[in-house]
Order: sequence, then C-alpha cells, then structure tokens
Amino acid sequence: MTAVQKRSAIVEPSLVPKTRQDDPFSRLPRWSRYTIYLVVGVAALSLAREITGAGQLTAVGTFRFALQLSLPIAMAGLGGLWSERAGVVNIGLEGMMVLGTWFGAYGAIAYGPWQGVLLGVAGGAVGGLLHAVATISFGVDHIISGVAINLLGVGLTNFLTTTTTSWGAQTKESPAIPANIPRVDLLPFLKGPLTDLSKQGRFFLSDTARILLAFTTNVSLLVVIGVLLFPFTYYVLWKTRIGLRLRSVGEDPEAADSLGVRVYGVKYLAVSMSGALAGLGGVMLVYLFAEKFQSGQTGGRGFIGLAAMIFGNWRPGGLIMGAGLFGFMDAMQSQVNSTAHALLVVAALLLAAMAVRQLIKKAWRSAGIFAVLGGLSYFWYTQTDELPREFIPYSAHIATLLVLVFAAQRLRMPAADGRIYRRSGR
Amino acid sequence: MKQRLSLQLAAPLLALAFALMVSALILLLADYSPADVIRVVVEEGFRRQRMVDTINRAGPYYISAVAVAIGFKMNLFNIGVEGQYKVAALVAAWAGASVAFPAPLHVAFIFMVAALSGAAYAAIPGILKATRGVNEVISSIMLNSIAFGLSSFLLARFMRAPKGKYPGTIGTVPLPGSGRLPSLNGVLATIGIHLPTSSRVQSYVLVAVAIGIIYHVIIWRTRFGFDLRATGSNPEAAQASGVNPKRMIIRAMLFSGAIAGFVGLNNIMTDAGRYTDVSVISGLGFTGIAVALLGRNNPVGIAFAAVLWAFMDALQTPLSTNDLPKQITAILQGVTVMSVVIAYEVVRRIGVRQQAAALRRDDMAGDAPPPSEPSGGPKVVPA
Repeated sequence: MTAVQKRSAIVEPSLVPKTRQDDPFSRLPRWSRYTIYLVVGVAALSLAREITGAGQLTAVGTFRFALQLSLPIAMAGLGGLWSERAGVVNIGLEGMMVLGTWFGAYGAIAYGPWQGVLLGVAGGAVGGLLHAVATISFGVDHIISGVAINLLGVGLTNFLTTTTTSWGAQTKESPAIPANIPRVDLLPFLKGPLTDLSKQGRFFLSDTARILLAFTTNVSLLVVIGVLLFPFTYYVLWKTRIGLRLRSVGEDPEAADSLGVRVYGVKYLAVSMSGALAGLGGVMLVYLFAEKFQSGQTGGRGFIGLAAMIFGNWRPGGLIMGAGLFGFMDAMQSQVNSTAHALLVVAALLLAAMAVRQLIKKAWRSAGIFAVLGGLSYFWYTQTDELPREFIPYSAHIATLLVLVFAAQRLRMPAADGRIYRRSGR
Repeated sequence: MKQRLSLQLAAPLLALAFALMVSALILLLADYSPADVIRVVVEEGFRRQRMVDTINRAGPYYISAVAVAIGFKMNLFNIGVEGQYKVAALVAAWAGASVAFPAPLHVAFIFMVAALSGAAYAAIPGILKATRGVNEVISSIMLNSIAFGLSSFLLARFMRAPKGKYPGTIGTVPLPGSGRLPSLNGVLATIGIHLPTSSRVQSYVLVAVAIGIIYHVIIWRTRFGFDLRATGSNPEAAQASGVNPKRMIIRAMLFSGAIAGFVGLNNIMTDAGRYTDVSVISGLGFTGIAVALLGRNNPVGIAFAAVLWAFMDALQTPLSTNDLPKQITAILQGVTVMSVVIAYEVVRRIGVRQQAAALRRDDMAGDAPPPSEPSGGPKVVPA
C-alpha cells in the first residue's frame, strides 16, 4: 500500500496557522460551555419563531423527528469516535450500518424486537471485526479497508435479501417487522405542566417546554438506549483505565506499548465496538422509520456520522451538536417552505452570536466576518420567500464544510489516527 | 528481485482465487450450487453480447479509476470523484445542448466543458487542503453530498429543458447528433466483426484508452508527473528539491478532477443523449477507488481491473435469467478488493523483510572478521 501510506491528518500540522491566545470563554469548564451553546441555540430558534411566525420551527413533532433522525447519525459518529480514539480511521461505518439494518430486520422478523436489536448490533460488530483484521493485523490502509467493507456490506445484504426465502420474492426490501420496541413516557408527572406551558407561546419557555416534551414523551426505548450511550462512552473513554489505554493507543501506540498496553488487543476492542455502534445505528433506521429493511436505507449516514464526529472535534459533546445539526436539517426537509425559509433568520441569529463570541475574544476581523455573514443571511431572508429546496437537506453538510474551513486549526484529531501501527520485531 | 516480481503477480491471482472460494462458500450456504453458477458463466458469460456489455461498462470504471489513481500517486485520496463527475456531466450536457458546432468540434467542446467543471469542483477540496489544512477525504465526502443538491438545483432552476417540449423525466435538452459519440460497429464490421444493431460497442471506450495514455505520459514522462510522484513518495525531499507542496496539492486535484469530469459522459453522449437524474448512474466514483486499488495505479493494471470488474457486472444478466442470485457478483467484487489489498500488503512485507535480511547479510559480510570458511558459506536465507 505504498500509494496511500501517510493518510489522514485532518489538519496537517505544517499547514496550520498559529493558534490565537485563549480567551475567558474557552477557559470555562466544558459542561458550562455546552450549556451556553444549548441556551443560545434554543434562544435563536425561539427568537426566529417570534420574528417569522413559523411555529413549526419549534413544534414538538419537528423536534421528535429531528431527534429520531439524529440518532442513527449519532450512533455512527459514536462508532467513529471509539475507533478513531484508538487510532483507526473507520470509513467503513456505512457498510457496518448496512449490516446492522439487514440483521436487525432479520432478527426482528425471525425472533422478536429485542433479538433483532442484538442481531443487528452483532452484524455491525462483525463488520468492525473485519476492519480490525484488515487494518490491525494485516496493516492495510484504513481508508482502503473501509471502502472495501462498504462494498461488501451492500453486496452481502442485497444477496441475503434475495436468498432469504422467508422474506418472499422481494429483492430490495424485507416485509414489515411484526413488533417494535415499546415507546414510553419518561417523565409522566411533568407531561401535564409542560403541555400547558408549551401551548402558551412564551418566548424561550414554551419552546423549551416543547423540546422537553419531544424528548420525554412517546420515546422509543431504542432512543433512550442511544442517548444513554453518550454518557456511557464519555465515562468509559475518559474516566476508566481501559479508556485511558484506548486513547493512549490512538495518540502514541509505541509509548503505550512500552508501558505494557496490549495495543493490538485494545484496537481490536475499539474497532469491534465501533462496528457494533454503527450496527445499532442501522437497527434504529429500521425500527424508527421504515419498520423494515430497504436496500439503500442508510443513505450515506455512516459518512455523515463521521463528519458529525469531526465537526465535534472527536468529543462526545461536540458529536451531539454535529449529529443534532444534521438531524434537524434533515427534519426541516419535510417542512413547508415558510418554515425552511425561517432557517435563514436562525442562521442570522447564530452568526450574530458567533460575532459576539469573537468580540469577547477580541478577534475583530472574525467578528466582522461573522457579523457581515449574519447580515447577509437576514438580508437574504427579507428579499426572498423561500429557500432553494434542493439545498435544505445539504445545509448541514455546508455547515460542516464551513466549520472545517474556519475552525480547522482548533480541531485536534488523535495524534496517531489513521497510522498503521506494527509492533517492532514482527 | 525476480522472486519478488513473481510474488507480486501471484498475489492478486491468489487473492482472486480466495475471493472465488469465499463466494462459492456463500452460495453453498444459501443453498445454491456453485457448479451451476460456473456453468452459466462459462456457457453464457463469454457470448458476444456479454463481451460488448463488458467493454462498454469498463470505460467509465477505467476513467474513474485513473482519476482516483492520480490522487493516490501523491497520497491524496480523491474520494470526491463521485461528486465531480455528477456536476461535470450536468454542466457538459447543458453546455453541449446550448451550442451548435460541427461534429468533431462539438464533441471536443463537451469534453472540454466536462474537464473544466470536474476540475473546478475538485479544486474546492484542493484549495481547502492547501490553504486551510482541511483533510481532503472529509471535505470531499461533504462535497459529494452537496453535489446532489447542487446538480438538482442547477437542473431545476437553470438547465432543464422547457416543460412540455421533451416528455418524461426532468433533464437537459437532448444533445444534437453532432455532439454524440458514434458506435464502433461500423469500424468493427470493416475488420470482420459483425455485430447486430442491438449490441453496440460505444466509441467511449476509445476515450478511456486515450485517457490511459494521457495518464501514463503525464505521470511518467513530464516534469509535473515527476514532481507529483516525488511529493507522493517523499514530501520532504520533494520540497527540498524545490517543489511547492501546496501548489502540487491544488494542481493534482485539478488534474484528477478534470479526468473525473469524463466519467459520466458515457450515457450523455450515447444512449440517453441528455442529463437526467437517472441517465448518469451514481456510485462510479467509489467503484473507481476499488478498481484503482486492484490495478495498483498502473495504467495497464487498471485496465485489467476495470475489465474484470465490468465482466463481473455483465454476468448479472445471465445469472438472473437462469434464476441464480445475481447479487453474488457484488460479493465477489467486495471480497476481491479486500483480499487483493491484503495480499499486496503481505507481499510488500515479505519484500521488506527480504530486503532487511539481505542488508543484514551485507552488513555482516562487511563488518565481521573474515569468516573461517570460504565466502560462499553463510546461507541464511529466511523463508
């Protein structure tokens, strides 16, 4: 593999401009920064709703749909996080997700809903294991192995769909799954007051109530599991010994090896876990949307998950923001034009917030750029009646691209990410 | 040295055999007989219609793989061929239908527009990498998705044929005859191969051949190609010898994108004659990656790989008419790629180990005190 030996620094060190002085805001603890981001985000949505009158912008249904659309992406992203933190770039997430959809649907039809979830997760994990064998034991370039796994995932599931006789003569999809994972109300005692508040149309408070309603009522247990995997991942990777070893392998495998870490073993674990999570993402696509397997169901969400993870700077909190952005924009696609149009005001407000953030930082030029962009966005809103529909589903992609352009110097990937590691003496 | 060469040739063949075995096993597990599949392949896979089909399919694969290989030559991963050819095909189809030129000029014009638009779209990740240090893989993945939005936006708002005039799906105005590629059946008839009009060998395959020659000449016979390969194999040394790495990134992406622009022209300039959402099939960019890997970025190697891949595709028709699962070809393709890249890596390691062993032997011969026995003595040849 001489062709693509030195892969994949997201930020090539030699090309990065010098970082600026840190400002008070970046010195805040991480959790409080994320809280501020959240509050600003909700406030922007709420204010935009007041300005434009597009009530659907913060409707319960919109948020529930956005949550469900975010989760498969988030699971793929979490898979990417596990794998890349251990130094293995996993572009095969898409293929592992496809395996998850097929085996999830098969298990659900043949055995039952929970068995289906397990089988789908196992299917994804097998894909991850294959990636591990190719990249860790055989030292194949990570991206090449990933591309091959994506080919295999699609080929194998299409083959299995035609040859599974119990599924009938369909060659592109399975029959509907007979039973789904139950849906529950998480905080039944809050449902009444929240519903009241959500109907009052108060700035910020009612919108927050609607978001809480969307996230706590009529939630599939699968969604609950998916959300809980975030604190779980954070705890395991950042607060346990195995997590420390895993991350050390992603930063400097030689040093980790010299300290007695079983580098290959840790990498195998991380990449298999990565496949399992991507498989769970595939299972969610089956259970939360079509309720059956469909060829091409994943629609590139494995790649998007990877992008969301990079958007989030290889951290779970940032990944939530990235996946949320992609899910929200996906949900906007099915909205009426006026709601999608109101997104321009949201963008203008968020850009204004960014400008303020840069002002605090005393980065005058960036502040100016953000302010101008925000102004342009608002101007665009006043001059038009609708957004070009074709771009709405891709606005999160454009946002990710912009984040890469403007924040590339602040993103920090694991130091040994994508590097082929071989124990010396072998 | 000779031993290494034969190993390098044997590796992909062994890997292919392994892939065939895995596919046979999967067929057995699914209650199909591999013997039936082999019988169909032998009896019907090599008929004239299948051969024509293979040649026609191989063209786009070859061009796509060359576009990817140009990036590989300097360690750039142009995973964005997918988006580049989609945008280029649309713009070229639209531009080609809006002008009137005599035939050769018209075809050249369409090629030029396609190359320019492909290069323009590929310039985005190139510039982002060179100026902002953004990894080209992730920006290209984003741009692949954005290309879908961009092409449907351009098509719907600016480039679509007037409503009502051309029935059917939304698309550009069909190209006039002067902008289409002729079929090669007439030429083939003069050398004694008579094909029925239903199976046409498209002259697009000649475009692929031309691109293969251009690729070879530019990469191995020009200063630019030398710089490109030098940057790929040792960026520090290349920089020390005066190559500007940032400029090389952008130029390599432009070249790769220009070639990628040709990938989607097959249908536009032959059967369909226009760009619609279905006339340009998607996925050719990813196939190109696989084909480039199989062919090891070598112009001739890629040609073999493209034909092999296209042949596997062409087998789908006879397999499904015989009630056999045609999807097995996709599994075969996937396993082939995986096992071939593993085989290449294993061969590379064996080579490195042999070289190291040879060096050690030389070292010992030089430094150690003269051995007691005659110099032919130590025969420490590791397996």
